[in-house]
Amino acid sequence: MILVKNIWKNFGGKSVLNGLSLEIPRGETLVIMGRSGCGKSVLLKIITGLLAADAGEIWFDGTEISQLNAKQLNAIRRKIGMLFQSAALFDSMTVAENIAFMLDQHTKLTHAEMRKIVDEKLSLVDLEGVQELRPAELSGGMRKRVGLARALAFNPEVIFYDEPTTGLDPVTCNEINQLIRDLHEKLKVTSVVVTHDMHSAFSVATRMAMIHEGKQIAYGNPDEIINNDDPILQQFILFGAPDQILNMANPVLQEFIGKRDR
Amino acid sequence: MLLKNRLHNTLSEIGQAWTLFFQTLVQIFRPPLQFDLLTKQLLLVGFNSLAVVLVSGFFTGMVLGIQGYIQLKPFAVEGSVARFVCVSVVKELGPMITAFVLAGRIGASITAELSTMKVTEQIDALEVMGTNPVKYLVVPRFLACAIMLPTLTIFSTFAGIAGGFIAVVSLFDVNGHFFLLEVQRNLFVASVLVSLIKATSFGMAIAAVGCYKGFSISTAGGAEGVGTATTGSAVISLIAILVLDFILNHILFNILGWV
Repeated sequence: MILVKNIWKNFGGKSVLNGLSLEIPRGETLVIMGRSGCGKSVLLKIITGLLAADAGEIWFDGTEISQLNAKQLNAIRRKIGMLFQSAALFDSMTVAENIAFMLDQHTKLTHAEMRKIVDEKLSLVDLEGVQELRPAELSGGMRKRVGLARALAFNPEVIFYDEPTTGLDPVTCNEINQLIRDLHEKLKVTSVVVTHDMHSAFSVATRMAMIHEGKQIAYGNPDEIINNDDPILQQFILFGAPDQILNMANPVLQEFIGKRDR
Repeated sequence: MLLKNRLHNTLSEIGQAWTLFFQTLVQIFRPPLQFDLLTKQLLLVGFNSLAVVLVSGFFTGMVLGIQGYIQLKPFAVEGSVARFVCVSVVKELGPMITAFVLAGRIGASITAELSTMKVTEQIDALEVMGTNPVKYLVVPRFLACAIMLPTLTIFSTFAGIAGGFIAVVSLFDVNGHFFLLEVQRNLFVASVLVSLIKATSFGMAIAAVGCYKGFSISTAGGAEGVGTATTGSAVISLIAILVLDFILNHILFNILGWV
């Protein structure tokens, strides 16, 4: 569905993405992992057209997006929903206005029709009765849910999650992970989750990719990732993932466990 | 090397500011114009600034009246104080004081609002949802400032003349009827036009600087970045108003020969 081909990006001489390539298959939940500053969020911004790559191509359903004009790019963006790390709710609007924003901007739906969609999307994220509240009146978890409801408002084909569990308590993290899984099953959407939270990654992923120093160093389903021999990946998993999912027989992992326990 | 970098950054910023300005002009003429957003900004810029503009104009006029009378009296031409107040307020101080008030009040608030939106990824969210941030955020603010600054200048000018009138008539031995007659005699259509041209230009400059400073902050700028951008916006707006005033005076009075 989305193909990232040989993407390069640097900021003020500092290289962030170095020829990164990645495939996001339709209907999968791909988790993109990597250390802070490895270029995960930059990649997300390049895929959504918020940033331009220095070189490389992004293909969305057979269309190369860097060649598109603003109107064509916006047409692609209407197939996308994005949950930002900070939820990025418009603080001058109510929850209902936030969720209805895209509908208000790009459709001629009546107020009542929009209201119905708002209620429907809020119930999808297990949140009701908050329509008239302002974002400042919501807790962190509620803001993420509203952000997700807003991302769902236009029935996207792909949902991007930028660090969906960052800054949340463990119980709320678990609820958000459950929500991502539920939405994937209910709506059959393609999901791309950028995170360094290994609990969250293994909880939602059907496919995983690891980025290190601006390049993809591992790709596969969660089993393949656990059994991968790349030392950087194994170190990342060991220090982040719950012990019960680790493959203790993996010799690379055993080496790191030895170092960890010393 | 440091000087070269600073020069490079300054030129790059000027280029980006002009790019945003031209994008704004293009988006103004690209339908649809969202009247609800424009109305909200018109109220915010205009109605909410009216009281402070009236008070500023009134006291400026009073000071002008007192100073004018005191300075003109030794030459025995204190009768010209009305002309002095009228010409100064209409051509210079009306638009200038209004612009200064709005640069501090509205320009800084535009920057604070937009830079906070940038830092909290709200502007990115707008773009991802297929809405052009220049069209949605900049155009209403730019139009509101360009429309409301001349409107407020008219009020400020009247307040200034009223202030001058009250100060001079109540404190000195000047006939009120004579003062008003002198004002009427010296109030030309060209002067009012100069005032409105200046005010519109100042309004566009305040909005352009405010919006550019708000948009130019990096997402990682944080609260400190918002503060720096807001202060920078007010300072640059004030300087831009003074430079624009000089340029417009030169063009209108020196080149075109208006009176």
